[in-house]
Amino acid sequence: MTQPAALRSRAEDLAASLPPLMAEAEHLAATVLLGAHGRRRSGMGDEFWQYRPSMPGDEARAIDWRRSARSDAHFVREKEWQAAQSVLLWIDEALSMDFTSDKNLPSKAARARLLALATAILLIRGGERVALSALGTPPRAGELQLLRIAQRLSQPDDRPDYGAPDVRGMLSHSRALFVSDFMGDVAPVAAQLTKAADRGVKGVLLHVLDPQEEAFPFDGRTIFESMGRSVSHETLKAGDLRDRYLTRLAERKDALQLLARRTGWQYQCHHTSAPAQSALLWTYSALERRR
Amino acid sequence: MFTVAGIGFTAPWLLLGLVALPILWILLRAVPPAPIRRLFPGVVLLLGLSDDETQTDKTPWWLLLIRTLAIAAVIIGFAGPVLNPQTETPGTGPLLILADGTWADARDWPRRIDRIDAALDEAARAGRPVAVVSLTDLPAGDLPFQSADVWATRLPSLAPKPWDPDDAAVAAWSGALQGSFQTFWMSDGLDRASRAPLLAALEQHGAVTVFESPRPVVALRPATFEDGAVQITALRAQTGDPAATMVTAHGRDPAGIERELARASVEFGASDTQAGVALSLPPELRNRITRFQVEGLRSAGAVSLTDDALKRREVALIAGRDDREGLELLSPTHYLEQALQPTADLIGGTLSDILLANPDVIVLADVATLAPAEAEGIADWVDDGGLLLRFAGPRLAASDVSRDAEDPLMPVRLRAGGRNVGGAMTWGEPKALRAFAEGSPFFGLEISPDVTVSAQVMAQPDPTLADRVIAALEDGTPLVTRKRIGDGQVVLFHVTANAEWSSLPLSGLFVQMLERLAVSTRPARPDAADLAGTVWEPTDVLDAFGQVQDAGAMPGVAGEALASGRPGPTMPPGLYAGEDRRIALNVVGPDTSLAASVWPGRIAVEGLAVQRETQLKGWLLSLALALLALDVVASLWLSGRLTGPRSGAATALLALALLWPQDSRAQDDDFAVAATAEVVLAHVITGDTRLDQVAEAGLRGLSDVLFDRTSVEPAMPIAVNLETDELSFFPFLYWPITPDQPLPSAEAYAKLNRYLRTGGMILFDTRDADVASFGTSSPNGRKLQQLARPLDIPPLEPIPADHVLTRSFYLLQDYPGRHISRDVWVEAAPPDAELVEGMPFRNLNDNVTPVVIGGNDWASAWAVDTAGNWMFPVGRGFAGERQREIAYRFGVNLIMHVLTGNYKSDQVHVPALLDRLGQ
Repeated sequence: MTQPAALRSRAEDLAASLPPLMAEAEHLAATVLLGAHGRRRSGMGDEFWQYRPSMPGDEARAIDWRRSARSDAHFVREKEWQAAQSVLLWIDEALSMDFTSDKNLPSKAARARLLALATAILLIRGGERVALSALGTPPRAGELQLLRIAQRLSQPDDRPDYGAPDVRGMLSHSRALFVSDFMGDVAPVAAQLTKAADRGVKGVLLHVLDPQEEAFPFDGRTIFESMGRSVSHETLKAGDLRDRYLTRLAERKDALQLLARRTGWQYQCHHTSAPAQSALLWTYSALERRR
Repeated sequence: MFTVAGIGFTAPWLLLGLVALPILWILLRAVPPAPIRRLFPGVVLLLGLSDDETQTDKTPWWLLLIRTLAIAAVIIGFAGPVLNPQTETPGTGPLLILADGTWADARDWPRRIDRIDAALDEAARAGRPVAVVSLTDLPAGDLPFQSADVWATRLPSLAPKPWDPDDAAVAAWSGALQGSFQTFWMSDGLDRASRAPLLAALEQHGAVTVFESPRPVVALRPATFEDGAVQITALRAQTGDPAATMVTAHGRDPAGIERELARASVEFGASDTQAGVALSLPPELRNRITRFQVEGLRSAGAVSLTDDALKRREVALIAGRDDREGLELLSPTHYLEQALQPTADLIGGTLSDILLANPDVIVLADVATLAPAEAEGIADWVDDGGLLLRFAGPRLAASDVSRDAEDPLMPVRLRAGGRNVGGAMTWGEPKALRAFAEGSPFFGLEISPDVTVSAQVMAQPDPTLADRVIAALEDGTPLVTRKRIGDGQVVLFHVTANAEWSSLPLSGLFVQMLERLAVSTRPARPDAADLAGTVWEPTDVLDAFGQVQDAGAMPGVAGEALASGRPGPTMPPGLYAGEDRRIALNVVGPDTSLAASVWPGRIAVEGLAVQRETQLKGWLLSLALALLALDVVASLWLSGRLTGPRSGAATALLALALLWPQDSRAQDDDFAVAATAEVVLAHVITGDTRLDQVAEAGLRGLSDVLFDRTSVEPAMPIAVNLETDELSFFPFLYWPITPDQPLPSAEAYAKLNRYLRTGGMILFDTRDADVASFGTSSPNGRKLQQLARPLDIPPLEPIPADHVLTRSFYLLQDYPGRHISRDVWVEAAPPDAELVEGMPFRNLNDNVTPVVIGGNDWASAWAVDTAGNWMFPVGRGFAGERQREIAYRFGVNLIMHVLTGNYKSDQVHVPALLDRLGQ
């Protein structure tokens, strides 16, 4: 497994070219923790909002004496109400993610970890709070949380052949990022997304595939086995299966896309042969999108 | 032996194995190829998919066919197939096998031996006694009839000889034959006077069968030198068809390796028995040729050794510098060229190239300093027998060569300055020559009273001087001195090679003196009278196959015999060495001609062909292996291992065969094209990165200014590595000096000297004019002296006010860079330059000064960064700007001077210049 420090530094490299990511925060009232999303109204926050004449009922210590000294009236300094968004990350840790078709290509798991951590870095730099579903802890902000996420991503446990999202503790109206090859059963994914939609959680499905899974360049008599060797399939003429395999893959993608559209999520397919930068850019814009 | 369609089998029972092939077919057909196991996460998407066809679980028919054919080839191969099973023909009585055994046999000697072997086999089966006789090596006494087996063991020692049969000996031998026998005559196909009598003599004893090869006999006559080309004549015996023969010239290359040096095609017309070709070769190549030979023919007649007759003396002429372009009569080597042109081959070029060519004579006309590597090369060359001929001149007189200690390449020490006699400012008359003393190589030459000497370099009196003088003036001062070094010698003429210092080069005496010094002698072919009474020792001999072999301890031959030109047992063809020359004796003389033998109709003439049994086993087994290899590739391809993923190893093996080494010369070509496509300024890489950057930026700034203001439009400057890059592409080199830059290697110095001699210019910049003046007062100055010591730099002087640099584009009197110092030095004007009345400038030397030396740090003043901003401040305020402008103007003048030379010294422009000067 990757060392957390190395993963962290590569993710920092990847994230360095983008400004801090501020995920869209729709219902800030629900998540009252302070953050970087200005509400265009006065409230709790760090940024200056306006001076208003003091009214009866204002505490004396609320008066801004420096401003008041320039005029005859008393003024109160108000700040902009700011709040933070929570983003939940789920990274598929199944064995199928370890597949790579070429030693020069990263495995799907490596690419997924890199993208997830880069997104986390961008979010935390933007003042958001991030949670990793595998950690099971509530969303937190700060560099320490990044360290925890990197640590956990580098040391996965409990690895089935194919993964399914199993996310507890989703905050209402927060955001989510699911990264997987979605090779396993679609039903758990559908259930999870439905649950999320019920809570008003919106998010992103990032479908990571190896170029060989997209091309199926096999021929001749072949026995295909899953990474954990739990599933196998023998064929005498692999070349003949190509068209039907590709049809099934397209169906899987369509199903995921349909699911995403219905639940208000966004879907994207990413190949490990493509640069990580493009996937990160898409994730960035998808999480920042305002409607 | 079991025979099918002309093919016999040694083990025919094995062929029954072919019956098993159909069974094998069925067995192979039932077994599908083994599967590959692949890890693939997408397998879940495949679950439930079934194969459409079930056909591929069986091996395809064509793969089966390959395998079955391979097995069949193995079975048939081990059954021992033989093509052309042999059948025998008997004969009776004693058998004489007579071979010509000449050089013309050598070409297909193995076939003749095979034919004799086959005849001996037949004779052995029939129990006939056999005698084998070669006409060039006749046995004494009776015919040596013996059992065929005995002759078969002696057959390998039968070899052809590189000469023709002696007619008298053959006649005597045939007259002494006795008894009755059948004769097989292995003829070489050439007609000779002794043929018909011998045939008649043999027919008296029994039937004669002649075996002759249909292959044509081709021979070469000795090459001659006429009309400036080597004339090669090839002969052939058989006519009828037009034919082309390739003739190659062989010799040692400069590295001493024997290799082909030239080739020419000789075209025979349909009815020609001889054809010639003229081969025009560079003399250096021609002198290296040791033999000509017909390509692809192993025969002594097809080889023609060359001797001294083909060689001309090679004389290399090197002048100090080729200045005064176009002024031929003043050229230092003009008279030498005129004197030597008719009798010797003149070569030019750089000294290092010339040394590789190993000429007989090197003439150095007024060359003073030689780079250490060049001097060493010349010393070695002289030691090996070269003649170094030097002429004095203004440069030698001004230099320190052989002043304090005798230079190894000078015969005497020289006194400083030389002397002038008979000029306007000197006493006395021009001196004439004293009669040549006995012992001098010139002894006996008549001295013309017209020959006078008005200036010369003087030899330092020395104990050895008297021995070395071989010509003197009438007052006894040496005119020509000579010193022997090893096998060679160094000769110095104390005057110039042109008519500046004396009228000697104008006289016929000059040519005679050169002849006496063996500069221009040319060997001529000796005749029989010349050779009478001499003994010649063979050094190399030819065998009948045309191979040159060392003669070893063979005895010498008399000159009269050699003059006859007919090789024989006591005098094999080869190279014979005498006192001072070598003579080649070839199988084919200059007057030889060839004719095909003609046999009477009653004689049966057969070819040499023997039908041989051919074993086919190896071929069939190879075929089986090839089929199996094909099967491997086909199986891999069929199971998807050749085209699918992770087939790297298999495809890598296939791709390996397609790899091709890249041409490393492309890089050199790129550099040459970049340097020559446009005018390019260049600077020398000093190793100091910062300094190199400044030099590059400075030349870039100067290039921009040139581009803006003049018609010179340079490309981006190039950094030059003295060790690896070719310098001759650049008109101008900027060389900043640092105290710690490495000294160039000897090869780099040779390159630099060549660059300076051929019109290049180097601007040396010590960059320290603010703190030091010209000389050894600074580390940079001392480094410059160290760097420039091996360079051939002429005498220097500070730029005079009338130097062409002051007016080649702008009118200048100062040459500032970042510093303002007047200490800028160029090649000195000749001492005889005079100011003519009414002219503002002296008529100075015409050439471009090879060096400009100063310390004004010009590159810093010129330097601009990539945005075009000045990199360094120059001076202060307006005066500083003016100084920078003048620095640029100096750069423009310098480049104009380099590119246009003496153009602005032309008198044509004087009125316009006067006008501009306001005078």
